[in-house]
Amino acid sequence: MACIEARGLRKAFGTTIALNGLDLRVEEGRILGLIGPNGAGKTTALNAILGLSPYQGELKVLGRDPWTARDQLMRDVSFIADVAVLPRWLRVSQALDYVAGVHPRFDRAKAEGFLAKTDIRRASKVRELSKGMVAQLHLALVMAIDARLLVLDEPTLGLDILYRKQFYDSLLNDYFDRSRTIVVTTHQVEEIHDVLTDLMFINHGRIVLDCSMEELESRYLQVMVHPDHVAAARALKPIHERQVFGRSILLFDHADRQQLAALGDVRTPSIADLFVAVMGNQAAEAQGAAR
Amino acid sequence: MTTPENTVPEIPVDLQMLATRPMYWSLRRELWENRSIYVAPLIAAGVALFGFLISTMTLPHRMRAVLALDPAKQHQAVAMPYSFVAALLIATAFIVGVFYCLDALHGERRDRSILFWKSLPVSDRTTVLSKASIPLVVLPLLIFAIVVATQMIMLMLSTAVLLGTGAGAATLWTRLPLFRMSLGLLYALTAIALWHAPLYGWLLLVSGWARRATFLWAVLPPLAVSVVERIAFNTSHVSSLLRNRLIGWFTQGFDFKSQGADAIDPLAHLTPGKFLSSPGLWLGLAAAAIFLVAAVRLRRYREPI
Repeated sequence: MACIEARGLRKAFGTTIALNGLDLRVEEGRILGLIGPNGAGKTTALNAILGLSPYQGELKVLGRDPWTARDQLMRDVSFIADVAVLPRWLRVSQALDYVAGVHPRFDRAKAEGFLAKTDIRRASKVRELSKGMVAQLHLALVMAIDARLLVLDEPTLGLDILYRKQFYDSLLNDYFDRSRTIVVTTHQVEEIHDVLTDLMFINHGRIVLDCSMEELESRYLQVMVHPDHVAAARALKPIHERQVFGRSILLFDHADRQQLAALGDVRTPSIADLFVAVMGNQAAEAQGAAR
Repeated sequence: MTTPENTVPEIPVDLQMLATRPMYWSLRRELWENRSIYVAPLIAAGVALFGFLISTMTLPHRMRAVLALDPAKQHQAVAMPYSFVAALLIATAFIVGVFYCLDALHGERRDRSILFWKSLPVSDRTTVLSKASIPLVVLPLLIFAIVVATQMIMLMLSTAVLLGTGAGAATLWTRLPLFRMSLGLLYALTAIALWHAPLYGWLLLVSGWARRATFLWAVLPPLAVSVVERIAFNTSHVSSLLRNRLIGWFTQGFDFKSQGADAIDPLAHLTPGKFLSSPGLWLGLAAAAIFLVAAVRLRRYREPI
């Protein structure tokens, strides 16, 4: 069974179309990165998946309709919206008490164990904690929940690099196993490159790229082309071209590695390289269509 | 009967699933966030006690004056400060309840914490009902306990002062029907909660709906309607409806006229039959139910503001 299955998901805010017939399928046991520019519909899609906002179209999360069954769904799904949503008046001990009191799959001892590795004191209020500590607290609460799906929307926004690294490390080492599914959105794509098993790009309310990380490595190649071979390289129909320090960097989809190696240095593109290429092409197509 | 081995491990999971009390913890949560629910009545009781403490200086003198009155008047004079404390705390609870409700579904959207609360398996119905039960159940019970405790302290203080000055506390103890007054208080608190239920329901609904200025949204539209009615038709049905909603519990639930204001038994003034048979009570409760259902539905759609 797919963990998340969406077909023709639509949502408009007034005249702005946030989701434009989005199709998406996430299998269990994957770590999916949902990447898109601001206003692409990431948060809208996640809100629909979490039962926080209504939508048109078909959507099943763990076999349930999130809009009508949010409270049952939340037994199996956890999410961190972003670091600022823990109420500022809440004490750490109260947060533990409350989640333990309402969540059937919360393991309090586990949460206490995670907190013991931090400097967070039990009597502190959230307003007294630093931004990084609030994120640690929220992660400790969420990781102690035996959920089947974890959704993270910009979980490391505003955190320094140490906290960000630690955040993903503990997620991978202490939480993830093959039976869970994680969906994460972030702008800091380089940091999650090694974390993800799957990658999706979203733009204008649609999925514009959907591939696994193995696929990414086998499909896409980036070549820093020797100046003498630029014309030859362009003939192979790159999907994107950019200039860095006067040299052309071309990105190919489904190209022959041997053939490219003759033209310059070949390597696997980073998520950021691919993102720029795909989004750049989208913008160019949109302009072409407008003309 | 033999049980297949592979079904055994599933039992602890089911047992674990039962061990949650969303309503109880939602109420605890409200008390953590809104400490004014119990701090404000305690302060009011403290202030009243302080005033009473000062008044005990003249108590022996006043008790002697009381003895000169006829029995019914004696009761009234002795019970007066005790009734005053009850009235003060009922008024405090009303103010606390109003402001609590106006913030209850607004604050969680303002500070975005609604995203945290909604990430947990607690339904919108449980959340809204837990918030509604603060003014309808928690505050009345709390006020009852605080009033009774305050009255006990006042009685002890008075007794100590009277015995200390050699005046004797017999008049005080025989003329003060404290237990029956407490029963009357319990009745009054219940009547007020039932009668005011639509007010609190309305406030919760506005709190879940308005993006800002919840107080103005709650108060101005009903006032505007009554002003329009007044100007357009020169009638005042809406304003008398509003006034009745505020004080109708008193006119329906109590009768101080026919029994005479000086009746000795404090329970003689209660008219539960009239209260329970007044259409205003049941129409009000129906309106409260509608407001609460609307507030539950609204919370499902609400996002941070």
